[in-house]
Amino acid sequence: MDTKAAQYWKANVRLLISLLLIWFVVSYGFGIILADALNVIRVGGVGLGFWFAQQGSIYIFIVLIFFYAARMNALDREFDVHED
Amino acid sequence: MDLNTITYLVVGATFALYIGIAIWARAGSTGEFYVAGKGVHPVANGMATAADWMSAASFISMAGLIAFNGYGASVFLMGWTGGYVLLALLLAPYLRKFGKFTVPEFIGERFYSQTARLVAVVCLILASVTYVIGQMKGIGVAFSRFLETSYEVGLISGMGIVFVYAVLGGMKGITYTQIAQYVVLIFAYTIPAVFISMNLTGNPLPQLGLIGSMTDGSGLTMMEKLDQVVTDLGFSQYSENVLGSKLNMFVYTLSLMIGTAGLPHVIIRFFTVPKVKDARSSAGWALVFIAILYTTAPAVGSMARLNLMNTIQTGPVGEVTANLEYAKAPQWFYNWENTGLLQFEDKNGDGRIQYYNDKNAEMAAKAESFGWNGNEMTKVDRDIMVLANPEIAGLPNWVIAIVVAGGLAAALSTAAGLLLAIASSVSHDVVKGMINPNISEKSELLASRLSMVGAIALAGYLGFNPPDFAAGTVAIAFGLAASSIFPVLMMGIFNKNMNRSGAIWGMIAGIGVTMLYVFQHKGIFFVPGTAFLGDMSPNWFFGISPNAFGAIGALVNFAVAILVSKVTSAPPEHIQHLVEDIRVPKGAGGASDH
Repeated sequence: MDTKAAQYWKANVRLLISLLLIWFVVSYGFGIILADALNVIRVGGVGLGFWFAQQGSIYIFIVLIFFYAARMNALDREFDVHED
Repeated sequence: MDLNTITYLVVGATFALYIGIAIWARAGSTGEFYVAGKGVHPVANGMATAADWMSAASFISMAGLIAFNGYGASVFLMGWTGGYVLLALLLAPYLRKFGKFTVPEFIGERFYSQTARLVAVVCLILASVTYVIGQMKGIGVAFSRFLETSYEVGLISGMGIVFVYAVLGGMKGITYTQIAQYVVLIFAYTIPAVFISMNLTGNPLPQLGLIGSMTDGSGLTMMEKLDQVVTDLGFSQYSENVLGSKLNMFVYTLSLMIGTAGLPHVIIRFFTVPKVKDARSSAGWALVFIAILYTTAPAVGSMARLNLMNTIQTGPVGEVTANLEYAKAPQWFYNWENTGLLQFEDKNGDGRIQYYNDKNAEMAAKAESFGWNGNEMTKVDRDIMVLANPEIAGLPNWVIAIVVAGGLAAALSTAAGLLLAIASSVSHDVVKGMINPNISEKSELLASRLSMVGAIALAGYLGFNPPDFAAGTVAIAFGLAASSIFPVLMMGIFNKNMNRSGAIWGMIAGIGVTMLYVFQHKGIFFVPGTAFLGDMSPNWFFGISPNAFGAIGALVNFAVAILVSKVTSAPPEHIQHLVEDIRVPKGAGGASDH
């Protein structure tokens, strides 16, 4: 693999890891492991842990995907590997 | 007009629409049959993927499980949405770049092995057939209520409809039909939710109603009220009820997420978008359309539970007149009794319904002092909740009719998509790819239609005794996909050194461990009476339920694949180039035009 393609792949993997970290924290972290602790904080009538498990994590998942798509499109151009 | 007439009209009209579209866009060539020709816009593709994805499990079953498991059912909400993040980030763009028809085709080429391809086909069929069993359960419930018959008759009618529907049209028909189905199902789901949220909390947005306050003058929030109502009857607190254990919830969620990213009928969707960058955003659009239902579901579940409890227990617990008189029960109660999915037994012979948790010792003692003789709602099938919900809330008949149509749309669209994935693996991967490469297009289509018929018959047969509620059965299917397909796809892209033997043994070990665990608790191929260990939590490994075990299977898959690949020879040069090639979008051809 030439260095440019390797760099592109590295940048992609770095982006992936940071986004998957957020993915993990909002669902497994806030929604399950830390849910009881977070439930002390109230969002309207429900605890924050409960809210993340049944609402919040889903909204964040959507943001993560569109953010990734946008970043990758920019990266494709930067490394000149985009489609015509 | 009475409810039956309206239901027939609404369901009939939506069916006419789908079948009309299917005939209008009837598949001509094999290419069209599988992937809808070239180029479907990402937003349209997202909507169709959402319809394809949201099945009887999401529409009919999930809110019922939320209603009875409360916080514990969050595993379904997170699990069935979070998988799209994995799909968009880890698989979709690369599989689109690779540009083939089916998932086994990718596995066969990437691992330069027909054996790997065959193993993938077997895994895929096992997962898909299990998934179809779940759909059959949902369709059976919907039809039994709709036709006012038993569940069994409902199931047989459902099989007939699926047969006509899936075998007639191909994917092309399905892509356009599924957009129509999405529209029907999302309206059907949200309209009653808006009404009910408005009634209970005064807020028309169910997402806000969930966290809002009651308008009944109690000054409580909806959640406080619900927690109070259920704990008064000895049930566990709605907002804190854990599904098994936190560990089980963690593993369950993980299994559903990686299963999402390993299910062939979803992955195949990303082969149909015009460009690699569209594959990335398509997953996002799909999730937007899915999230509309998934963020509404917690409100539907909690409010349905509240309405159900309040219908039966009309006042303070213990007061004689506070229990609903059976003779004065609302019509929906008798209707659902007819299907056998709701059962009432007047244990203390007082003509009133007592619905409480008699397994709770404290509550059982209290109940005895009231003259109650055990919980009298002997069966409340979770899968009836969404369909019964508008009736329980006393909504107008046309709303109820739309919900039935929506449930059928959800179940049919997914069943059709899955059957197509099964058909394409059998005809394209096995018959054309391995047995007879020179087969004519006509015979290939015939083979795929025959395999659909076989899958419908098998899933329908197993649907008479489904291993779990619709959503639970579907969760098992996800576990099978999670433990077999996802790990090898991911390693195929991210690990250049993953080789043939690693992939094959990884898949076999992953799905093997998962099947062993599921079958020992749920029966061999789910046949009742063949389980060699009871399906009870004390028998579970670290308290992990069979439905959640796919995540463990996936870990086994990764571990075995890496170990085996370390001790066997590295993949040949041209495969390493292939991997380098799929990692960059440049040079992707048109969508699957072979």
